[in-house]
Amino acid sequence: MSSLQVLLAPVVLVVAAALLGATVSASTQTYFIDTLVKVSIVVALYVFIGNSGVLSFGHISFVALGAWTAGVLTVPAGEKPAIMPNLAHWLAQRTTGNLTSLLLAALVGGAAAFVVGIPLMRLSGLAAGIATFAVLEITHNVLRYYERIGPGLNTFSSVPETTGLRQAAIGALVVIVLAFVYARSRFGRLLRATREDAAAARAVGTSVYSQRLIAFTISGLLAGLAGGLYVHLLPLNTEALYLDLTFITLAMLVVGGTTSLFGAVVGALAVSALDSFLAVAENGTSVFGIQIDLPAGTRVIVVGVLMAVVLILRPSGLTGGREFDLRRWRWRV
Amino acid sequence: VVVAVLNISWQTLADATALGAVYALMAVGIGLVFGVLRLVNFAYGQLIMSGAFALALASEWGWPVWAGILLCFAVVLALSVGMDYLVFRPLRGQAPAVMLVATFAVAFLLQSVALLWFGPLGKIASSLAYLNRPVTISGVEIRKITIVALVVAAMCLLALWLLLERTTIGLQMRASSMDFQTARLLGVRANRVIGVAVLISGALAAVVAVMLTVQNPLVTPDFALRDTIIVLAGVVLGGMNRPISATLGGFSIGFASGLLGGALPTEKSQYLPTFLFVAVIVILLVRPGGLFGRSQMAERL
Repeated sequence: MSSLQVLLAPVVLVVAAALLGATVSASTQTYFIDTLVKVSIVVALYVFIGNSGVLSFGHISFVALGAWTAGVLTVPAGEKPAIMPNLAHWLAQRTTGNLTSLLLAALVGGAAAFVVGIPLMRLSGLAAGIATFAVLEITHNVLRYYERIGPGLNTFSSVPETTGLRQAAIGALVVIVLAFVYARSRFGRLLRATREDAAAARAVGTSVYSQRLIAFTISGLLAGLAGGLYVHLLPLNTEALYLDLTFITLAMLVVGGTTSLFGAVVGALAVSALDSFLAVAENGTSVFGIQIDLPAGTRVIVVGVLMAVVLILRPSGLTGGREFDLRRWRWRV
Repeated sequence: VVVAVLNISWQTLADATALGAVYALMAVGIGLVFGVLRLVNFAYGQLIMSGAFALALASEWGWPVWAGILLCFAVVLALSVGMDYLVFRPLRGQAPAVMLVATFAVAFLLQSVALLWFGPLGKIASSLAYLNRPVTISGVEIRKITIVALVVAAMCLLALWLLLERTTIGLQMRASSMDFQTARLLGVRANRVIGVAVLISGALAAVVAVMLTVQNPLVTPDFALRDTIIVLAGVVLGGMNRPISATLGGFSIGFASGLLGGALPTEKSQYLPTFLFVAVIVILLVRPGGLFGRSQMAERL
């Protein structure tokens, strides 16, 4: 029963967000779709960071690779020469549908994470942090200048915008279910054991290295899928898949609570909600009859300050890093 | 001979050495704070950026050079101390991941404040531009700032070495970097040691701000961001535990990146970050504890 709760709570939140998004105007809806894509990215981060306790700055690389894969494959063949003049021949020839492009995005993300993980998962602590950062730098640099596999410095325009509210919600749910299944599996439990006490886990015969590699691959797969969803939402370029996105998604995870699936979803929704509200407020809006009109740019500042405040007051995140549990709520009432 | 083989000019070599020297200062600034707080300060680059904006404003207002440099120091030191009080202190003893993300938040906060205040195009700090002109030394043209950077960095490092090796507070800082708990038990005042480390680290950031603005007078909100990322990698490569290994790591990565930038043909030099960070990963795999670190004990149970 309690294990069902753990899955249901994030699912209910995502469905609620999607339903709420269905009631608003088309321009506001974009914020909801963007939020749901962020949920996918943050849950992908949780699969590795949350279960292993190792920080990774490199996951946006897999998001970027997924976005590049899905983008390159779905730009209509006739428009490819315009935005990607130097595209490799074998890529210029092929165009796939929406669903195929998402699956391939996930596969590319997972494969890249596996290959990168083989050497990197031997590291931990600061060395792992810097090495994953190095992966982000390399991916960003290569995607930016290697024009045989994508638009390079250009923006990925003309990608069919198939990520509407429904596709974003289904994508987020798929990612959540896979993350849940992994966390409940033998592998997820073993990895959490290495997080809690690496020496004890080793002593009972767990290979920290292979458990981390499994989680890294799955989390790269999910990140690739999220990247595919993202490129079908809005025209991306390399700068949109770099430091800012790394920062905001990591912040969402930490604010929500790193060690739980519930925390990842709550963090993504809470920070996105605030960020979107401020973005709207920058254009002028009214809440309960009070006119709010913030100067442009306040948004990042408010989010940054709140992030620091949450970290100082509740270092283990809004959810305390625990899964949703109805019993805790009953006691309080 | 090596120089001739790799087809590197003396000019490139001098510039690479100067870049290494500046990066060494940044590395030691980051390393000192890490030593006492176990905190990797991602916001270090934004401290430098703030100092650079102070210089740009001073030159816009027509202040004399010394006043501009004074303002730069004041701004950077005030920000470092403020950061320590408002963010580092409440977070002391938290998990490294939490502290790291908190400094990430501070970094982006400062950057967006700068973006709001000065706009994405930034400002130009022109008062020290004359240092960018070359002088000719035995047939080789070297920019004055290259020499200034080398001299200043050497002096800073020497002063720092004297402080760490010859004074009580320096001894306490080294002891705290080794084992903060034991140091406190032996009567080292935590707040004092941390305060001094933060101040020195801030002063170094101000020095770096002055030298980087001379080399690149256009100050934008993402000023020094790239440099900080590279230096952070260098610090970890060198070994974070001791100031000397952090310094060497910073110097090496600056030198390597300057040399690669000069030696690579133009069509390959856009991939400079890739070469650099592949090297970073390879070195981390071979020596996870750092190139110049002392061999570390396995994690204790």
